[in-house]
Amino acid sequence: MVATREGQQMANANKARLSDSAKAEIDAWLTKYPQEQRRSAVIPALHIAQDENKGWLTTQLMDDVADHLQIPRVSVYEVSTFYSMYDLEKVGTHKVCVCTNLSCMLSDSDAVVARLKEKLKIDFNETTADGKFTLREVECLGACVNAPVMLLDRTYHEKLTPEKVDKILGELE
Amino acid sequence: MKIEIEIDGKKLQVEQNSMIIEAADNAGITVPRFCYHKKLSIAANCRMCLVDVEKSRKPLPACATPVTEGMVVRTRSKLALEAQKSVMEFLLVNHPLDCPICDQGGQCELQDIALGYGADASRYDQGKRSVADKNLGSLIATDMTRCIHCTRCVRFGTEIAGITEMGSIGRGESTEIGTYVEKSLSSEMSANIIDLCPVGALTNKPFRFRARAWEVLQARGVSAHDCVGSNLHIHHRRNKIMRVVPKENEAINETWISDRDRFSCEGLHSEDRVTTPMIKRHGQWEQVDWQTALHVAVEGLQTIAQTQSPSHIGALASSNATLEELYLLQKLMRGIGTNNVDHRVRQSDFHYQQATALMPTLPVAIADIEQQDLIIYIGGHPQFEQPLINHRIRKARDNGATVIMINPVDLKHNFDVSDKLIVANPLLPRALTAICRALSEQNPDAKTSAQELLQSVTADDKHQQLAKQLLAADNSLILLGAIAQHHQQGGLLHGLATLMASLGNSRVGLLTPGANATGAWFAGAIPHRGPAGLNVAKPGLDVKRMWESQLPAYLLLNLEPEHDCANSQRALKALHNADLVICVTPYKTAAMEQYADVILPMAPFTETSGTFINIEGKWQSFTAAVTAQGESRPAWKVLRVLGNLLELDGFNYVASTEITDELQALTANINSDQQINKWRYPSQLPAVNNGIERITYWPIYRSDNVVRRSVPLQNTPISDAPVIAMSQTLAEELTLKAGEDVVVSQVDTSITLPVKIDNRIAGNVVYIPAGFAETAALYESFGSVNIERK
Repeated sequence: MVATREGQQMANANKARLSDSAKAEIDAWLTKYPQEQRRSAVIPALHIAQDENKGWLTTQLMDDVADHLQIPRVSVYEVSTFYSMYDLEKVGTHKVCVCTNLSCMLSDSDAVVARLKEKLKIDFNETTADGKFTLREVECLGACVNAPVMLLDRTYHEKLTPEKVDKILGELE
Repeated sequence: MKIEIEIDGKKLQVEQNSMIIEAADNAGITVPRFCYHKKLSIAANCRMCLVDVEKSRKPLPACATPVTEGMVVRTRSKLALEAQKSVMEFLLVNHPLDCPICDQGGQCELQDIALGYGADASRYDQGKRSVADKNLGSLIATDMTRCIHCTRCVRFGTEIAGITEMGSIGRGESTEIGTYVEKSLSSEMSANIIDLCPVGALTNKPFRFRARAWEVLQARGVSAHDCVGSNLHIHHRRNKIMRVVPKENEAINETWISDRDRFSCEGLHSEDRVTTPMIKRHGQWEQVDWQTALHVAVEGLQTIAQTQSPSHIGALASSNATLEELYLLQKLMRGIGTNNVDHRVRQSDFHYQQATALMPTLPVAIADIEQQDLIIYIGGHPQFEQPLINHRIRKARDNGATVIMINPVDLKHNFDVSDKLIVANPLLPRALTAICRALSEQNPDAKTSAQELLQSVTADDKHQQLAKQLLAADNSLILLGAIAQHHQQGGLLHGLATLMASLGNSRVGLLTPGANATGAWFAGAIPHRGPAGLNVAKPGLDVKRMWESQLPAYLLLNLEPEHDCANSQRALKALHNADLVICVTPYKTAAMEQYADVILPMAPFTETSGTFINIEGKWQSFTAAVTAQGESRPAWKVLRVLGNLLELDGFNYVASTEITDELQALTANINSDQQINKWRYPSQLPAVNNGIERITYWPIYRSDNVVRRSVPLQNTPISDAPVIAMSQTLAEELTLKAGEDVVVSQVDTSITLPVKIDNRIAGNVVYIPAGFAETAALYESFGSVNIERK
């Protein structure tokens, strides 16, 4: 998703810099790729930077990643704007990504979505007022066999029902 | 190896590893395309070049399908045309129908191809996507809604400009081409993306809405700003220059030109242009007719020649003057009876002028730079001095060449330097001598007369290693940049580079400032040699001595000494004290109004016919694109009439081509046995001053009078206001902080500049730009300075 102007301004207001420990983690990834192909580490590096900054990336952090990897800054922006796993605007503490593709839809993901929206009182691509949850509609998560599915932060929740959604959210609250 | 293929029924012999589109292009068969460009990598993302290949189940992109033996291709079969038309329809889905207000209209690849492959009306009736425009700076206007994502501009940045600033942001339908963060492009060749863009997404900002492509007339021109001599097409309408675009010449500029070549034309119509002759009477400027002005000039020159001596007159020219102008200038001076004529205005050291070749040239063709195995670049910043030579060096690097920089400042280049030697500026001669010593140790067979000098220095491991690399290379080239040429020991550096070449089986080339330094040497605009290198009995004064002698009369051609000369303050002093200063110039400056007595308005390079000899020795003649503004006249005509009025022989030319022919005939006179290239090396290096030394450089957009007046170029991110740059160590020693204003003084003048900390500068050296009003008050461009807190 391309960041909006407001989003970019907000991002610029956040002064977080890539920490030394994050750089060390990125360096560990760099050892897995050929030396002259430092660019290969951009995806894990962006994840590391994002995790460190409460789930989203600022332009400053992307610049830090680019400078650390010694690649052009715009090459990092290309990657971070291409993949939906990177957030370029502030997000909630938890990211709820629910699949509405074919298999999930046939297994009534609509009910799951309706319950999520009702409980969180937000629509897709919105964040709750308390900053706890961001709701996302995503494409296939690759777990069709157990549809409907959602990804909550890093955890897959499968064979969902509205009741299961209540329970999962309840455990978080 | 050649193989046989067939395209549209034509049997063709083509290179084995080529793509279908290259084979078709070479055979004159048109395949529509947007993303393919012969100078860029293959992206195959527009799909416009789909063609029908026999035995293939579906159409294939001609740009990304290699030819194979016996391949049969049809570019206009039913299958091919259907595929091409479908692609066209998709490309037009989101493209706005705004051709009437689009600057690209009439010269647009999309428009042209849509005419051949598009449908009459669109079947798409939903809303079109719109994209916010980006601000890419003062040179390039954007209308990103028109973008078809061919990515030519993105690939240009990475592959040609060497700086990746544009990218594909987002994905799928929301893909946008841009910089993500607002950013002006900082490449010195950035505006080539205007030509590359097949639609109206990226257009020429200063030219915007100025003229339609079909209204302009096209004239051929040659770049007047660097020694490459890039070929130009100058577009003009109703006798006014509208814009400049590249003219393809594979041997010189390929399909590119630098931004300086493209946008300098914006300075041609500056308010500073003088369009009527002017004389100063009782301290007041008066506009007069040519006859009066010429009369005053001639009378002044005659009086000084008769009452004092012809040798009390000095003539100085810019190296951007044409061959014909420079030839007539020296003919005029030598006709009056003096050899005081020079164009080397930025040079500080003239000690070895007799030893240099007849004219500075590259030992290889410009295009062959990319074939070198090793290039040593001494003193300078090729990217911002000679952008298209730098492009060739960059290509050499891409081809696997070793590129070594020997510089007093660890400058940033748009390619990875293989190795570098960064030494404090005053120690540059020592470093080169040490490399020579290492070379002579490693290559004992090579004889040299400089043994005593070589024994006076020691070569460390680094010098030995550089010498080893030079000796190991079969095809190597040593290039001298602006810092090396303008250095206070510039003559010695040239000599040492020549010694390096002879000991290291290499060759030396100079990258001279201005468009026609080679032509100036050939024309004889130097005090110690006549046209075509003819010996003169008694050499005249060189630039430095002309200023130091404070002559009573100066004749300046296309020159603004306060911005163009090495020792600008010395020049200003001499001019102020002179009895007569005649300026043949397209522009006036505030300082000129003070020191000049006669201003004769001359036509700049677009308004005169002439010839430039580029650094590979190629003569390129051009005619005037438009007639001279107002009363201004081509300088060769002005000089011709001056010659006539001074009653000198041989000034009866009717056309500038007669002068060119006369010079052409002189090429036969070049005597190869002349006493040149016999360097007499000193037995030891000159002592090094321990104080703070100044390095002066001319920023790319302050390089000459036309460029300095181009407002769009002055507004680019590479046009910084003048600062005094120094290392952290030196700043600490002087207890100065970044951004603080300091007083920089030389002899009896001082200026105030803000401090910039730049740790790339070696030693007790400060880096100060020239070509600014702020820095004109300083003396020697390479010499000691005093720095004090304000």
